[in-house]
Amino acid sequence: MSWSFSSGSPVYLQIAERMKKSVLAGEYLAGAQVPTVRQLALEAAVNPNTVQRAYTELEAEGIIESRGTMGNFVTEEQQRIDECRKKLAEDIVLNFLNDMNQLSVNTEEAIRLIREVTE
Amino acid sequence: MNILRCEDITKAYKKNFPVLFHLNLEIPAGRIVGLLGPNGCGKSTLMKLIAGLLQPDSGCIFVGDHPVGEKSKALVSYLPERTYFNPSMRVRDLVRYFSEFYEDFDVSRAEKLLSDLDINPAAALKTLSKGTKEKIQLVLVMSRNAKLYLLDEPIAGVDPAAREYILRTIVNNYNPEASIIITTHLITDVEQVLDDFVFLSYGGQILRSGNAENTRLESGKSLDQLFREVFRC
Repeated sequence: MSWSFSSGSPVYLQIAERMKKSVLAGEYLAGAQVPTVRQLALEAAVNPNTVQRAYTELEAEGIIESRGTMGNFVTEEQQRIDECRKKLAEDIVLNFLNDMNQLSVNTEEAIRLIREVTE
Repeated sequence: MNILRCEDITKAYKKNFPVLFHLNLEIPAGRIVGLLGPNGCGKSTLMKLIAGLLQPDSGCIFVGDHPVGEKSKALVSYLPERTYFNPSMRVRDLVRYFSEFYEDFDVSRAEKLLSDLDINPAAALKTLSKGTKEKIQLVLVMSRNAKLYLLDEPIAGVDPAAREYILRTIVNNYNPEASIIITTHLITDVEQVLDDFVFLSYGGQILRSGNAENTRLESGKSLDQLFREVFRC
């Protein structure tokens, strides 16, 4: 897995976003340990304090929890992960519909298009 | 506790033309700090003052609690902008030389880093390229367990793949009790490892400084973009 960062957005938010997606995609299951701050810092070649900040962000969202020296773990609450997944999926759909509306394709037509394309 | 404290530093090589002018700078422990500025703004001069290779005209510099001197030098690991090795020495002689000279030198770390970079310990320095010599110099500097690392242009002369390895080495060596100051004009390459940044302007004053992530969050710009704006020619 290689890491690259876009300029202009804080690196910690980009790391938090990516780890969140990994959790939602099931790469790390509920209760599983995520890489330590140092491991992830080394892998992504970023400052360990930046990774720590990303983890703090995910902790605030209830996606991971810190167990002191034991490390960081994905929350045990599957429900919380499902909620986050639903929220992210909704955001993606809204963005998609927004793009479609800019092309003057309304929601009904967009849904029809999805059916056509995936059949 | 602050690892480095620069109080009201002025330094001129030529009378009335100060390179650094009443500069104040404090760096706490556990930080990786980018010292950034245009060519000739005094970055290397500041590094040399902290390393104790130059004396300020006025002002004081403390490393830990020690004013710059014998005790501070034991805490500081300095990577100069140029290589200074004796060309007839072999890489392994140099490792031994460093281990005898510095009490805090970790031979096994140096050997590991050299082998990761595919550098032959038996090679004589005069047979090696500029980039390879720079890598060796960085390996030696980072193999000390120092409190303050001063890296003057650590990645300027090496290829992009080695650049990434060097950044990883810096990150891997991260120690919450030590701090690292990096000067560079290749801001894009290093900005993701920085905690804090300092923009130094001509005439040696601090134009802007702060936390790298907060600055990106507030300005919506990378440090590189910000640098180009602040120092537009």
